[in-house]
Amino acid sequence: MTWEAFLEMLPKLASGAVLTLELLLLSACIGLLLAVPLALARVSKRWWLSLMPRTYIFFFRGTPLLVQLFLVYYGLGQFEAVRESFVWPVLRDAFWCAAITFSLHTAAYISEILRGAIQAVPVGEIEAARAIGMRPHQVYISIILPRAFRMALPAYGNEIILMLKASALASTITLMDLTGTAKTISSINYMPVETFVTAGAFYLAITYVLTHFIRFLERHLHPDRKEPVMIVG
Amino acid sequence: MSFLRNFKGMAIAALSVIALTATAHGADKLRIGTEGAYPPFNLVDSNGELQGFDVDIAKALCASMKAECTFVKQDWDGMIPALNKRKFDAIVASMSITEERQKAVDFSERYYTNKLQFVGKKGQAMDISAAGLKGKVIGAQRATISGQWLEQNRADADIKLYDTQENAYLDLASGRLDAILADAFVNYEWLNSDAGQAFEAKGDPVFDGDLIGIAIRKGEDDLRMKLNTAIKDIVADGTYGKINAKYFPFSIY
Amino acid sequence: MIDLQGFGALLFAGTQVTLQLTLAALVVGLILGLLGATAKLSEHAPLRLVGNGYSTLVRGLPEFLVVLTFYFGATDILMALASTLFGYDAYIEVSAFAAGTTALGFIFGAYASELFRGAIISIHGGQAEAARALGMSKRQTFFRITLPQVWRIALPGLGNLFMILMKDTALISVVGLEELMRVTAFAVGRTKEPFTFYLTAAVIYLLLTSIASLGLRYLEKRAALGVREALS
Repeated sequence: MTWEAFLEMLPKLASGAVLTLELLLLSACIGLLLAVPLALARVSKRWWLSLMPRTYIFFFRGTPLLVQLFLVYYGLGQFEAVRESFVWPVLRDAFWCAAITFSLHTAAYISEILRGAIQAVPVGEIEAARAIGMRPHQVYISIILPRAFRMALPAYGNEIILMLKASALASTITLMDLTGTAKTISSINYMPVETFVTAGAFYLAITYVLTHFIRFLERHLHPDRKEPVMIVG
Repeated sequence: MSFLRNFKGMAIAALSVIALTATAHGADKLRIGTEGAYPPFNLVDSNGELQGFDVDIAKALCASMKAECTFVKQDWDGMIPALNKRKFDAIVASMSITEERQKAVDFSERYYTNKLQFVGKKGQAMDISAAGLKGKVIGAQRATISGQWLEQNRADADIKLYDTQENAYLDLASGRLDAILADAFVNYEWLNSDAGQAFEAKGDPVFDGDLIGIAIRKGEDDLRMKLNTAIKDIVADGTYGKINAKYFPFSIY
Repeated sequence: MIDLQGFGALLFAGTQVTLQLTLAALVVGLILGLLGATAKLSEHAPLRLVGNGYSTLVRGLPEFLVVLTFYFGATDILMALASTLFGYDAYIEVSAFAAGTTALGFIFGAYASELFRGAIISIHGGQAEAARALGMSKRQTFFRITLPQVWRIALPGLGNLFMILMKDTALISVVGLEELMRVTAFAVGRTKEPFTFYLTAAVIYLLLTSIASLGLRYLEKRAALGVREALS
């Protein structure tokens, strides 16, 4: 591969990387927002409340992301009712289909992480909170959730890295993310391996930066600890 | 013990025999690469067999050249790399002769002439000029001249590239795309099918004179001349016309 | 009931290919995982570098990208090897199945090597010394003492990786292998009913992962026979 060919693909790959990061950020945030009520319902003692999240998690963890993506992108577009409805402007756009699917997918995993963290909050603290007269929702907001979030941070960070790698599938529904851009470039320069290796280097760089950023956050939230607390999933 | 030491020797011997036999038959056997996802030019029928205009032309050319042809299915994106790696010896998959491709491969003379045409929903007026398509969502297959033409001439449009032409049509049908740009004859086939009933061609073809040829590895002049002669022959003796008529009521040469 | 319009047999065939691919990649992955773990634990620094490099690299790359690179690159590498070693210049067919198995096995091995490394370390200590004291060679120690226990400790993690592997086979559809995802897309192309068929595929995957999950739980129970745990 010539030097010029290499330099030529860098800015294009970089703009693909920007789209990847946009998708990642969106799905990490929306996924987290979805995961909280899912986890809360999941830990409920009432079976009818925990049934929906359990089914949801079973589906999204038991099927490949590619199938979920195609179901949303191609599958929903099959129905006249969907195409006439108010959601169509959103579902019509491949970016939002990807963002929605990734968010739903990661929410299933994050909710399990949160569930583990919630169940790991020391019972003593909860009992103490109740003893001083806190109502159930106060116990949740002031005691359980803050502790759970701090405990879940390393696993959540890990999930973000996994989401970054899964985001490469966005290229299968016309999105020009990092992988999609690499595919298009390689179909013009007929040098697929070199192009994909370069794209891989971009992914490694992003992973490196993200990993260190998450570790920084962990240290910041646990100034008293030398090592992050690990949740065994 | 000596078997192991001689293993490499035996392997070399075995592979040389295979290589020799492969080249010994090379003159009479031709492997043709095609996609299989581009009706009516190349497609896979319900029995898993390759069919289509390209396939029929290739078979006719092989008969004319007195060569034994086998077909190899290959995804479009990897078509030229596969040719250069010798997965097959010729590409008969409606590939346009372009300058960029000629840097990587050689082409035979044309075996049909193509036009590019926009397709959109019936009943909606569409201005296919650069100003008219600004901001509209237009689809095309990746790594084709349609995709390239869009990027060079309609850069203000929102261009979406697809792995296969089929997926582009799927999205056009579901309303994700305002229009697609594709080969006029492929459009003709789709518009006549059930899926394409609600759609029509928009405007005049934007690019005609697109010559479709057979791609071969660089330097294989012998093969190129044989193919060119064969093309002339089947046009002259009417075989081409018969195949053409099987798919289109008009001539596409 | 969902009307599969006669594509049921095709979906079944695709599912079989998916299963074959999963098992083949599992074998490759387990071997690479063990090799990687021993490399990481080796006394030779270069080997450790290779082992750790392999792991870190693959864990930082999208599986999809690795599959694409293997698909396009496998023939290149094999042909370069054959050309320099044997002077063989004709095309070497690397089937989509072989490329997919190698790619998925390669990925599996990177993650598995970490699991095996952790498991080997947790066992090795005193038991290895005792084995040596009894006169067992290094190789005997490894195969008779370490490995059987590594299996038990690594099993939950390996089970998780297996489930991921099973789902990742869907990625191989993009490089032309006629596994479940690919044949589903073909049916969609014919019938123009993506929802019906992708939902059916999802259900099939759910069945596969559920059965695998049950199987793994059974294996875990069997592997832990006779082991007393601090926490039940």
